[in-house]
Amino acid sequence: MNITVLAKFVPNPTGTPELGPDNLLVRTAGDGALDPGDEYGLELALQLAEASGGEVTVVSMGPDEAIAGVQRALAMGAHKAVLVTDPALRGADALVTARVLAAAIARQPADLVIAGAESTDGYTGTVPVTVAELLDMASVTAARKLEADGDGFRVERQTESGYDVLGMPSPALVTVTAGATEPRYPSLKGIMAAKSKPVERLSAADLGVNDLASTQSVAAVTDAPPKAGGEIVSGDEAVARIADLLAEAKVI
Amino acid sequence: MGATWVFAEVTPEGPHPAALELLTKARSIGGDIAAVAFGPGATAAALELGAHGADTVYASDESVFADQPGRAAAHTLHALIGRHAPSLILFAGTYDSRDVAGRLQALTGSTLMANATDVEGPARARTEIFGGTKFVDVDLGGPEPRLVLVRPKSFAAEPTGGTATVVSVDAVVPDSATATVIERHTEAASGPKLEEANVVIAGGRGLGGPEPFAMLDELAAAIGTAAVGASRAAVDAGWVPYSYQVGQTGKTVKPEVYIAAGISGALQHVVGMKGANRIVAINKDADAPILRIADLGVVGDLFQIVPALTEEVRKRANS
Repeated sequence: MNITVLAKFVPNPTGTPELGPDNLLVRTAGDGALDPGDEYGLELALQLAEASGGEVTVVSMGPDEAIAGVQRALAMGAHKAVLVTDPALRGADALVTARVLAAAIARQPADLVIAGAESTDGYTGTVPVTVAELLDMASVTAARKLEADGDGFRVERQTESGYDVLGMPSPALVTVTAGATEPRYPSLKGIMAAKSKPVERLSAADLGVNDLASTQSVAAVTDAPPKAGGEIVSGDEAVARIADLLAEAKVI
Repeated sequence: MGATWVFAEVTPEGPHPAALELLTKARSIGGDIAAVAFGPGATAAALELGAHGADTVYASDESVFADQPGRAAAHTLHALIGRHAPSLILFAGTYDSRDVAGRLQALTGSTLMANATDVEGPARARTEIFGGTKFVDVDLGGPEPRLVLVRPKSFAAEPTGGTATVVSVDAVVPDSATATVIERHTEAASGPKLEEANVVIAGGRGLGGPEPFAMLDELAAAIGTAAVGASRAAVDAGWVPYSYQVGQTGKTVKPEVYIAAGISGALQHVVGMKGANRIVAINKDADAPILRIADLGVVGDLFQIVPALTEEVRKRANS
C-alpha cells in the first residue's frame, strides 16, 4: 500500500507567537518544527506501509526552512518527499493551499492520503477535505483509529457524543487526531538515512497552479480588552474561598 | 446583497444549538435568511429554525446525509447555491460542518474562513488569535457565497417567534466512492451535558492518570448541576474519551463557574472555556498560564484541595 502523508512546518508550538508588520506570523529561522499533529498520521502511515510492503511519501508546502520538517518525517521512516516551496505562496489561503497539495498528490497517486485533523498554528481544519473533493476521493476526518480492511479501510471517527465506525474503499483520505497512536522517535540510523532520501522541490507553476490570489486579507488587528487580574490564594483558606465563589455564583 | 444562509446540523432530536446561534446572528446582517437542514429530523427542525429567524428552510430528511457524512451535503448545497445564489453561508465550527464547508469550497471556489468569532457580513468577519488576546478583522473576497465557520457559543440564541417556509430538497449524491457509517457508539457521561452544565470541572495533565477523574466526578455529584471535562492532554493520553474535551478541537463551554484542575492553560484549551462567567484554577505551579486568566487562582495540591472542596460543598448543602 502506497501512502501519501501531508505534513506542515509550523512555528515552534511552545514559543510565543508574534505578528509582523504585514500581519503574517513572524517566522524565526531555526524556530520551527514538523507540526506535532502530523506525526500521528505519519506513524499510522509507516505502520500500514510496513505491514503491506508499501512506500510512504511526504508532501509539504512551506517556506525553504520547511525542509527541516520534511527531514524529520524522512528520519522517522518516510521513503521520499515532495516540498512545494514558492515565495508566491506566502500567505496562501486555504483554497490555494488545497489546490497546490491536490496537484502534488495527483502526480503520484496513492492508495491512501493521511493528514492531521488540523494544524497547530492555523487550526483551520478544512484543507484535507477540500483536497479530497478536488481529487474526487472518499474521506473520513477526525479519525482516532485507522485499519486496512480488505480493499479499503475501517475508520473510527470521533463525534461529539462518542464515535462512529465508517468503511470506505481505496483510494481515500483520512485525517487523524492526536492520540490515534504514539509516534516513534527518529533513530540515529533514521536521521543518517534521511540525508540520502529523495526530496523533490517544486514551485506552484511546476504543479500547474497559477491562480495564487488569496481571497482573504487582514483589515485590522486590535488588542482584546485585557482581563483584570484575579485573586490568587494558597494554603488553608483555598477550599473555603472556592466554596464561597460557588455560593456567590448561586450554583450551590 | 443576496441572502445569508445557515447550514444547520440536525438530528431527530432537533437542530444543533449552534444553528440557532447562527440564525440569531444572521438577523443582524440583514437580507433574507434561510437555513439548510439535511438528514433525518430536518423537516421537523424547521419549526425551531423558523422561530430563530429563518424565512426559508431548505430541508431533506434523506438518511444519506447521516450515513455518508460531508459529501452528499456539500453536493446538495452546491446545487442549491446554483439556483438561489446566496451571498454568505454560516457554518458551525464542528467536525461535521467543517467537512461540508471544506468540500463545498472545492466545488464553488469561494473563500472559506475558519474559527470566526463574529461576522459583519459577506465581506468581513472577525477571528481571535493568541488565546483571544487579539482580534483580527478579515476582509473576504472572491466569488460568492463566502463560507464562514463560526466557533460555537460566539452568540446567544434568541427566538423571534417567526415561521419558516419549508422547501423540500432532493439529495444530490455523487456517483464516486464515499465513506459510509457502519456503527455508531455513544460514550456520553451521566449527569448534565458538558455544553449545558452550570458548572464544569475539568482535569488536565496534572491528574496524572484516569483514576483521579473519579475525584472530579464526586465533586460534580456534590454540586449537582456540574459536568466533568478535560484538556486535550488528558484526552490524548487516553484517560477520558474525546467527548470530554474542552478547547479548540473540543467543546466550547460557557458555564457559570469553570474549575480547571491540573490544567496548565495552553491556548488550545483557553479558547474553549474563557467565556465562563467565573474561572477557578487549581494548579501546583504558581507560573501556570491558567492562573493569569482565573478569577480565583489556587496554588496548591489538587489531590488535597478537590476532596476537601467536595466535603465543604456537601457540608454547606446540608446546613
